[in-house]
Amino acid sequence: MRPMPEIRNFTLNFGPQHPSAHGVLRLVLEMDGEVVQRADPHIGLLHRATEKLAESKPFNQSIGYMDRLDYVSMMCNEHAYVLAIEKLLGVEPPIRAQYIRVMFDEVTRILNHLLWLGSHALDIGAMTVFLYCFREREDLMDCYEAVSGARMHATYYRPGGVYRDLPEEMPKYEPSRWRSEREVRKLNEAREGSLLDFLERFTERFPKRVDEYETLLTDNRIWKQRTVGIGVVPPERALALGFTGPMLRGSGIAWDLRKKQPYEVYDRLDFDIPVGTNGDCYDRYLVRIEEMRQSNRIIRQCIDWLRRNPGPVMVDDHKVAPPPREEMKRDMEALIHHFKLFTEGYCVPEGEVYAAVEHPKGEFGIYLVSDGANKPYRVKIRAPGFAHLSAMDEMARGHMLADVVAIIGTQDIVFGEIDR
Amino acid sequence: MIETIQSLWAAVPEPVQIPVLIVVKILVIVLPLMGAVAYLTFAERKIIGYIQVRIGPNRVGPRGWLQPIADAVKLLTKEIVLPANASRFLFLIAPVLAIGPALAAWAVVPFDEGLLLADIDAALLYVLALTSLAVYGIIIAGWASNSKYALLGAMRSAAQMVAYEIAMGFALVGVLMVGDSLNLREIVLRQAGSPLHWFVWPLLPLFVVYFVSGVAETNRAPFDVAEGESEIVAGFHVEYSGIAFGVFFLAEYANMILISTLASLMFLGGWLSPFEGWAPESWFAVPVLGTLLASGIHWLLAKTAFFLFCFLWFRATFPRYRYDQIMRLGWKVFLPLTIVWLFVEGLAQYFRIGPWFA
Repeated sequence: MRPMPEIRNFTLNFGPQHPSAHGVLRLVLEMDGEVVQRADPHIGLLHRATEKLAESKPFNQSIGYMDRLDYVSMMCNEHAYVLAIEKLLGVEPPIRAQYIRVMFDEVTRILNHLLWLGSHALDIGAMTVFLYCFREREDLMDCYEAVSGARMHATYYRPGGVYRDLPEEMPKYEPSRWRSEREVRKLNEAREGSLLDFLERFTERFPKRVDEYETLLTDNRIWKQRTVGIGVVPPERALALGFTGPMLRGSGIAWDLRKKQPYEVYDRLDFDIPVGTNGDCYDRYLVRIEEMRQSNRIIRQCIDWLRRNPGPVMVDDHKVAPPPREEMKRDMEALIHHFKLFTEGYCVPEGEVYAAVEHPKGEFGIYLVSDGANKPYRVKIRAPGFAHLSAMDEMARGHMLADVVAIIGTQDIVFGEIDR
Repeated sequence: MIETIQSLWAAVPEPVQIPVLIVVKILVIVLPLMGAVAYLTFAERKIIGYIQVRIGPNRVGPRGWLQPIADAVKLLTKEIVLPANASRFLFLIAPVLAIGPALAAWAVVPFDEGLLLADIDAALLYVLALTSLAVYGIIIAGWASNSKYALLGAMRSAAQMVAYEIAMGFALVGVLMVGDSLNLREIVLRQAGSPLHWFVWPLLPLFVVYFVSGVAETNRAPFDVAEGESEIVAGFHVEYSGIAFGVFFLAEYANMILISTLASLMFLGGWLSPFEGWAPESWFAVPVLGTLLASGIHWLLAKTAFFLFCFLWFRATFPRYRYDQIMRLGWKVFLPLTIVWLFVEGLAQYFRIGPWFA
């Protein structure tokens, strides 16, 4: 009698070129039929040496690199970096700048969660949500553009405040071969007022839009079958694995840096922290949906405050912040400050500092070591996605291949920050 | 002119006449079908586009109407890549096996009273047999590609098709019981009278089971795990390119149209008009409108179009099922449901309920 052939699990190379790899995730899956026995995420395919590059540039010139870390929540990355420098310098930005930062942090959170919702739904097969989400993202991108000139990589936050005050008018569409006068007028209707008006109109319609996404997903039986009980992380494991953000809150732990160690003006704002109970994909979905609504609330409060309180948005210390243009035309000292700032930069006191923000994905921290020079001695980026991805094996084991896709989606992976 | 053709035709010996006639009939069915498939892809992109607040293709030709032609030309001129470790013969035969049954099944589909290629008595069995054959194209494609993703897709597809074939078969048994015939033309004629006579009313659960199984059978969303874009990339046809891929595509859409046509034939009275039986005779006497209101092939097309729209609508709305959940739905929900309903139908038959079992 011939011996039975040995049955082996087969190995599936999932990515890096895969529609659900969310960039360049390479996942080596050991499969028993459709069931995943072991998931081994490989990283590093998007490594751009951001931390090393930052060591060779004056502080301000690395802000732009931070946008490119997690390229769907740009300003939040900047925020952590800028906070770290401010902590070292001992500079406090003007209150208006703090409000603007908080407002744009929340705009960014909505941007990030919309992209997450769209791609998560697309991964699970509901493709319409994706395009609905992008419709709203478009408006928020316009806000980015209005305030910084760039639709994605803004480089808007600076140590000591923000680059400039909120604009009085929005960029507008122009008639072209593709858009008639009438269409353009309709498109520009919301763009007649200032940025704050535009954003306010957005916040008015946004909750209804979130309801719209929810009608497609929240009570959908297929959606529930695909997410309830998938990738369950008990609270103690979530803590042990270093989860932060919605991944941790989905497991039922109300940990949010905006509440636990408020930075900027979060302690003056009224908002709630949603938490899940089961720690599965469905709870994390609900948490993020609610976070979008809460962000909307915060934005409205910020708009309200910003309308009533004009003021400076940058510290008046020209060692850190550039002097105004008109001053440079007549004042020699201002010109020198400008030249020094944009060539040499500024030197920060010797020391080390850790600053973290509640990034849409979790705790995004910058650990900065300075030797007193005009460049950081070492920058270490604490990316939330890295800890989440590390739990891939634990979350995916015993689930089916289709669930791996749902788990990648629920982790809200972006490789820019993981590979850095 | 016509006389010359007629005299020429008469001169052709009879043994040649018959095959020529059959070929012409086949072409008359297949060519419009191919056109319908091409424009179904266009309709899909447009309809889903509008559902998703975008416009869809609008660059090729006026309002994008030539897009399917451009797609076809592109697919025809692209290289068919043969993977190095693929089984050459099986790899190339698989698309043929997929499209063959999808087209052959049309032979017995009646479009109107007397407008059909083959009026055979076992039409329903024939259709069932041919739609089951379609799975071989998919399994062989997945196996011959020698790719893990394709293999997973083929495996999923085989399991899914077998599961839904059974539910579908039982749904058709219901039709057979109330229709008293396996001949599709006769099944439609049994539904004549009024919209109330249509089989959709006594067989409502079976109708739902049949249509949902049809969606699963054609591997369309939300049952498209065999392709599973976001999981196994493109499933069984991941290694196919050019027109070899195009043929799979054609087969899928031809099957969609077939399922929709069969659903309208068996449950919604095929070419029978919904105005029949209750609208006053004078309505049908109105010159053009009367013809439109009366039974005819246009009603079959309209009903088919409605089902096709549902296919597209599902695709735009639903998330995808997981493979094991599809199995559960097929075996644990649809199968018991159909069996129970067959008993109910038997009772209805025994007590001669309604206009259907009289």
